[in-house]
Amino acid sequence: MIKRPLLTFLALLVVGLAFEFSVNAYIQLTIIYVCVNMILAMSLNLVSGYTGQFSLGHAGFMAIGAYVSAFLAFHFTIFPESLNFLNFIIFGLIAGMVSGFAGWLVGTPSLRLKGDYLAIVTLGFGEIIRVVLLNLETVGGARGYYGIPGFVNYTFAGITLSRFVSGFGVSAFWLVITFFLIYRLVYSSHGRVLISVKEDEVASEAMGINVTRMKVWAFVISSFLAGIAGSLFAHYTNYLNPSTFSFNQSVNVVIMVVLGGMGSLTGSIVAAIIVTLLPELLRPLQEITGVDLRMVIYSFSLILLMILKPNGLFGQGLGHGKKSKAA
Amino acid sequence: MEKKVKLLELKNVSIQFGGLRAVDALNLEIFAGDLVGLIGPNGAGKTTVFNLITGVYLPTEGDVLFDNNRLNGLRPYEISQLGMSRTFQNVRLFKEQSVLDNVLVGMHQHVAYGMASAVLRTKKFQEEENAIIQQAMELLAFMGLEKKAAVEAGYLPYGEQRKLEIARALATRPKLIFLDEPAAGMNPQETIELMRSIQAMRSKFNVTILLIEHDMKLVMGICEKIFVLDHGIKIAEGIPQDIQSDKKVIEAYLGVEECG
Ligand SMILES: Nc1ncnc2c1ncn2[C@@H]1O[C@H](COP(=O)(O)OP(=O)(O)OP(=O)(O)O)[C@@H](O)[C@H]1O
Ligand SMILES: [Mg+2]
Repeated sequence: MIKRPLLTFLALLVVGLAFEFSVNAYIQLTIIYVCVNMILAMSLNLVSGYTGQFSLGHAGFMAIGAYVSAFLAFHFTIFPESLNFLNFIIFGLIAGMVSGFAGWLVGTPSLRLKGDYLAIVTLGFGEIIRVVLLNLETVGGARGYYGIPGFVNYTFAGITLSRFVSGFGVSAFWLVITFFLIYRLVYSSHGRVLISVKEDEVASEAMGINVTRMKVWAFVISSFLAGIAGSLFAHYTNYLNPSTFSFNQSVNVVIMVVLGGMGSLTGSIVAAIIVTLLPELLRPLQEITGVDLRMVIYSFSLILLMILKPNGLFGQGLGHGKKSKAA
Repeated sequence: MEKKVKLLELKNVSIQFGGLRAVDALNLEIFAGDLVGLIGPNGAGKTTVFNLITGVYLPTEGDVLFDNNRLNGLRPYEISQLGMSRTFQNVRLFKEQSVLDNVLVGMHQHVAYGMASAVLRTKKFQEEENAIIQQAMELLAFMGLEKKAAVEAGYLPYGEQRKLEIARALATRPKLIFLDEPAAGMNPQETIELMRSIQAMRSKFNVTILLIEHDMKLVMGICEKIFVLDHGIKIAEGIPQDIQSDKKVIEAYLGVEECG
């Protein structure tokens, strides 16, 4: 029941410790970004890849989670500083629930309709959230939200573990939850139904499935997880700015899902790594050539990949069924 | 013979598509245990009748009553949950899902475990999953598809896709099942097997059957009663022998112009 998630989590903790002692703070920050993006990509995949609903507002749900979690951290302390990573798990959970509720509000009217209404509504929603945050002085407005309580260093018996360790620990916790939540949902009756809704809404409905309700569920779970990704981001960077959660960021998540393959969690994980690291890896090139070709090469590689593998890196249909006619 | 229970009743049902009255003041009664056919020339409105009953279209006028429920305004999934299921003339399988998964989706409305159970992989989840997979395999075996369980539905030959649609429709445990041209695209051998399956399913699953079919051998061979539709109007109703010799029916099929 929870053995595999637990073992995965422990394995990730070991990986985290390895990173603690082998790479610098800048790379550690990048690793946290990778985790955040993995959660975002997997959660969007639930809606777009499995359920077939196109959403362009994932950054908006991430923003809600980030700001709610930051706000909570400013005003509440449940566990003392020595255990403050537990606070961030709780704030993350609450932030996720607020995002999930926002997802319900956005999804309920727009998922009722067939077609691309969700894309249009979520696009608008993302922008509204950004503009509201720009004008909300309590959370810093356009200046940004500074000094957000975050992960801290720990010293045991003369050894100092940087804030990366608890930051990565909490990230690993949510990563494992995200992965197993979606994976197990997909491989259940509910997941089969999500896929059938993507395949054919009319036929699904004729099978007695409340199509709207299933779509809303997927969307709420996805928004919940996006909010948690936002919370991780807030407490690791200690600073939020509305411009981080622009339309670009939403598109970035869509790119990860498409690149990795619709309906492939492995794909989302790998694509999150590629999309986060590629611009960073190309940075030295800029220093050598003196021109910023990063985005050109980045876009070019994406286009090339999509030409070579139109279904994404790991995409190959959703059915978990054999392609051959042979029994 | 015991008195039959009325399962479905259409009272004066009409639907208007712009200027076209696709179904016109249709009255129809189906009794529990019936195996009946709905025939008529192309464009007569047969599929539209299925769509009206299953909630895909709203009738412009009239009432649809099923098993003591008035169906007007109910959504298709609600109607399905009342015990009605169907296949589609243009085969609407979940093409990228396996044959087994297609049937399992049909069973979803009877699955008791919730999302939380699924995520926690509880005992209840495991047991119920095993049970529904077994039931689904039995349905597939009934339609002769058990060896194809793992194949992606879209890769099945056409005739087997039609059989799978029937298995999927039976998976919802319907009281009443609608088959829209189940033999279309099947070869004569497959059609004979299909006729046997249709007759067998009635007793095995205790289901009432209404089917649309252009293959007259099939319709006359297994249906006990036939409704004939032409231009949205019911022009005849009765046992196969009578329908075959009905003048109006022959005219409708031969396309004879009615002279005024
Ligand atoms: N959604 C719709 N909008 C407009 N017209 C429609 C619609 N659905 C069906 N029709 C029209 O209603 C008439 C009846 O169509 P229907 O599909 O019910 O015929 P049918 O008896 O099933 O024919 P076939 O044997 O060819 O399947 C046709 O003229 C068709 O064009
Ligand atoms: Mg038809």
